[in-house]
Amino acid sequence: MGRSYDLRDLEYWDARIREKVEEFGLRCFPQEFEICDHHEMLAYMAYSGMPSHYPHWSYGKAYEKLKTLYDYGVRGLPYEMVINSNPTLAYLMRDNSLCLQILTIAHVYGHNDFFRNNFNFRTTRPEFTLSTFKAHADRVRAYMEDPSIGAQAVEAVLDAAHALALQCRRNLAVRKRTEEEIREDLRERSRPRTDPFRSIHKPPEFEEPDLRKVPPEPDEDLLLFLRDHNPYLAEWEKDLLTIVHEEAQYFIPQIETKIMNEGWATYWHKQILDSLELPQDLHLEYLVRHNQVVQPHPGGINPYHLGLAIWNDIRRRYDDPEFRREHGGRTGLEEMFATREADRDASFLRRHLTPELIRELDLFEYSPKGEDLVVSAVGNEEGWRQVKETLIRNVGMGTVPVIKVHDADFHGNRTLLLVHWHDGRDLLLEYAERTLEFVYRLWQREVVLETMIEGRRTHLIYNDRGFASRTLK
Amino acid sequence: MSLPEAVFRPFRRSDAERSDRSAGDRLRHRQKVRQAIRENIADIVAEESIIGKARDKIVKVPLRGVKEYRFVYGDNAPGVAQGQGQTQVGEVVGKRSDRGVPAIPDRAGDRPGVDYYETDITLEELVDIMFEDLELPDLERRKLREVTAPRLTKRKGYRQVGIRVRLDKRRTSKARVRRRLATRRLASSALETRDRFPFHEEDLTYRHIAPEPKRESNAVVLCIMDTSGSMDTMKKYLARSFFFLLYQFLLTKYRNVEIVFIAHHTEAAEVTEEEFFSKGESGGTFISSGYQKALQIVAERYHPSLWNIYAFHCSDGDNFDSDNEAALKAARQLADVCNLFGYGEIKPMGSRYYESSMLQIFRRLDADNFQTVLIEKKEDIWPSFKALLAKDRAREG
Repeated sequence: MGRSYDLRDLEYWDARIREKVEEFGLRCFPQEFEICDHHEMLAYMAYSGMPSHYPHWSYGKAYEKLKTLYDYGVRGLPYEMVINSNPTLAYLMRDNSLCLQILTIAHVYGHNDFFRNNFNFRTTRPEFTLSTFKAHADRVRAYMEDPSIGAQAVEAVLDAAHALALQCRRNLAVRKRTEEEIREDLRERSRPRTDPFRSIHKPPEFEEPDLRKVPPEPDEDLLLFLRDHNPYLAEWEKDLLTIVHEEAQYFIPQIETKIMNEGWATYWHKQILDSLELPQDLHLEYLVRHNQVVQPHPGGINPYHLGLAIWNDIRRRYDDPEFRREHGGRTGLEEMFATREADRDASFLRRHLTPELIRELDLFEYSPKGEDLVVSAVGNEEGWRQVKETLIRNVGMGTVPVIKVHDADFHGNRTLLLVHWHDGRDLLLEYAERTLEFVYRLWQREVVLETMIEGRRTHLIYNDRGFASRTLK
Repeated sequence: MSLPEAVFRPFRRSDAERSDRSAGDRLRHRQKVRQAIRENIADIVAEESIIGKARDKIVKVPLRGVKEYRFVYGDNAPGVAQGQGQTQVGEVVGKRSDRGVPAIPDRAGDRPGVDYYETDITLEELVDIMFEDLELPDLERRKLREVTAPRLTKRKGYRQVGIRVRLDKRRTSKARVRRRLATRRLASSALETRDRFPFHEEDLTYRHIAPEPKRESNAVVLCIMDTSGSMDTMKKYLARSFFFLLYQFLLTKYRNVEIVFIAHHTEAAEVTEEEFFSKGESGGTFISSGYQKALQIVAERYHPSLWNIYAFHCSDGDNFDSDNEAALKAARQLADVCNLFGYGEIKPMGSRYYESSMLQIFRRLDADNFQTVLIEKKEDIWPSFKALLAKDRAREG
């Protein structure tokens, strides 16, 4: 595949694509493209696309892994990589054909529109993305070069922080209350309400809220909690926890909208390319490429395929006049635009994945049975609900167990009590054990995690004697 | 508001060359991989077939040491996937695998299985790590790692033809000076005024290098192992490490090293490396059968006048009493044809007190080139290996 194009060709096609983008009503940030070769692309992928990022061995690992997969042809490189920033930054592979570049540019505008308009991204401050990551990198490097700290100590804290980075609040659109505000609420709630019939009612018993409890209510932000409640952490350690937490917050919206976002970009690159009146050879190549992208992955889920299928289905259903009349009068396109603003994968699937579509896509639920994985539900009358529920649980942050700090002074000896909100899925023990060790490293005192293992309430404990587990009655 | 024109930043090679920013992180990851390998070295050496392999062979090492741990769900939970149509309840769609290799690729969700992958290292690196593992003094390691050229070359005088790199400038200049002096005596004064005196083709002198085939360049290693008992990981590791060292060492001395694996219980057979280390058959042991097989192979393929023969036998020493005389006799014969014949008794710590031993019996064999060693733990491998070679050197000297 030779490069039979130059920058002017890209600019020409970009101009035509932008016309379509506006015609279709997408609202994008300004767009910047950087042309790179596969070495750079691998590096960008390993560092989440950021031109500047703090060093950690896990990115070296990611790079090696990507490169190995690429070298052995197990996996190609993505045609494109887009990062959520304003202006939006995207990388194009230099060695791709002109057709792929056109397809990619159109796809990028789809992501760009999604980043700008989906509510999950409201908190990401895209104007500052690049400078924030740069500032983080500078601070981490400074700590590593500081002779009183050093690379090893920094790495140890980063290892622990990375392990806990996703143990945080999921719905970022809701503001986090400070501990003082929570205490105020507790006080408020415990105050007896004025009762007009107090002469005939028994006065309610006054229950004094435990305002000294830390945290006043279960806290999901593990890194921030450790940072704010372990006075023995050094300032630089606290700063590292802050950095890792901030970066995780930036990525959570992307985790939460993977299916929607890829489906959306795919839907629009198809609309745009179909309307561009491409010359015949480009058009044929585009059809082949597009079909590769949206190929179903039997035995797995291809988010491009699933996402596109749902977007197409929304458009089809709402464009049917009868359906529209019954469901609030929006056209297919209006419904799509409203959805791209207000949903995340879980709600997207809940609202728009119909039993018919489940059947059509042959989605099924599998469960472990002995040594095998066995199909436990399919998209028929009895099974579709179950398939759908299970899928919803397995997307976005649904794959991250919910674990909250319940007590920083458990047993009155500063033991940290964490509680896993068990929803039928057990934790992987080997991983729980090693992760608890990281919590212990940051808390510096005994840590207890309450969870369920095979139906029994269990305490996993990590302290200076190592790991232990105790089944509760 | 209309969308501003997109900015295209063209590719610049200099950026790409400058931007090897992952180098440091890759190096650190590599160090962690090495550490993980070191921690699992016994498993790797015992599982991989490496003895007869070239040094640049890539060894696949399952990585267990550089996972990134987080809180994740185990595999007791259901998942959702897409079928190819007509999927029925009850169909088996994959294997539940607790080793962490995802049975279903790309399962929805972010399972830790993705973290499990194999890394490739070259045998050379593995040897390096292994020698570290055995805590070799640096000096010795260097000696072992010396690699001789496949063909020895030797300087043999000078010639007037040759290639540019072998031009001997000093001799060439001398030849010119000599010629100049010679001509001055003959020359007329007219010639003398010429200030240029160029090199002549005859001045050019090249070093001549001729290949010299090394004598005694072939060697064969006969690895004989008792497979009667169960070879556990530790025993395999000890035996394999020993054979490996022997092989690597001989490679530095000989151009062509062949390797033969003989496994025996009451009967002996020539086997592949995999079979050699994985076979475990119950039943009795006739050590003589292994030696007889070795003698037979030597007679058929490796004539002692053309081959340097090294034989090494690993056993836990538990032989049938009735076979001991025959074993001793065969060992004597084997010692006659070998440069070096070693017997290594592998008794992981603690077991030697209640098992019989061939070491007693072999005391009665006194040949210069016969050596017995007892290997109880990995730390024993190197000293016993050295002891063995000391014997070899003594004989040569």
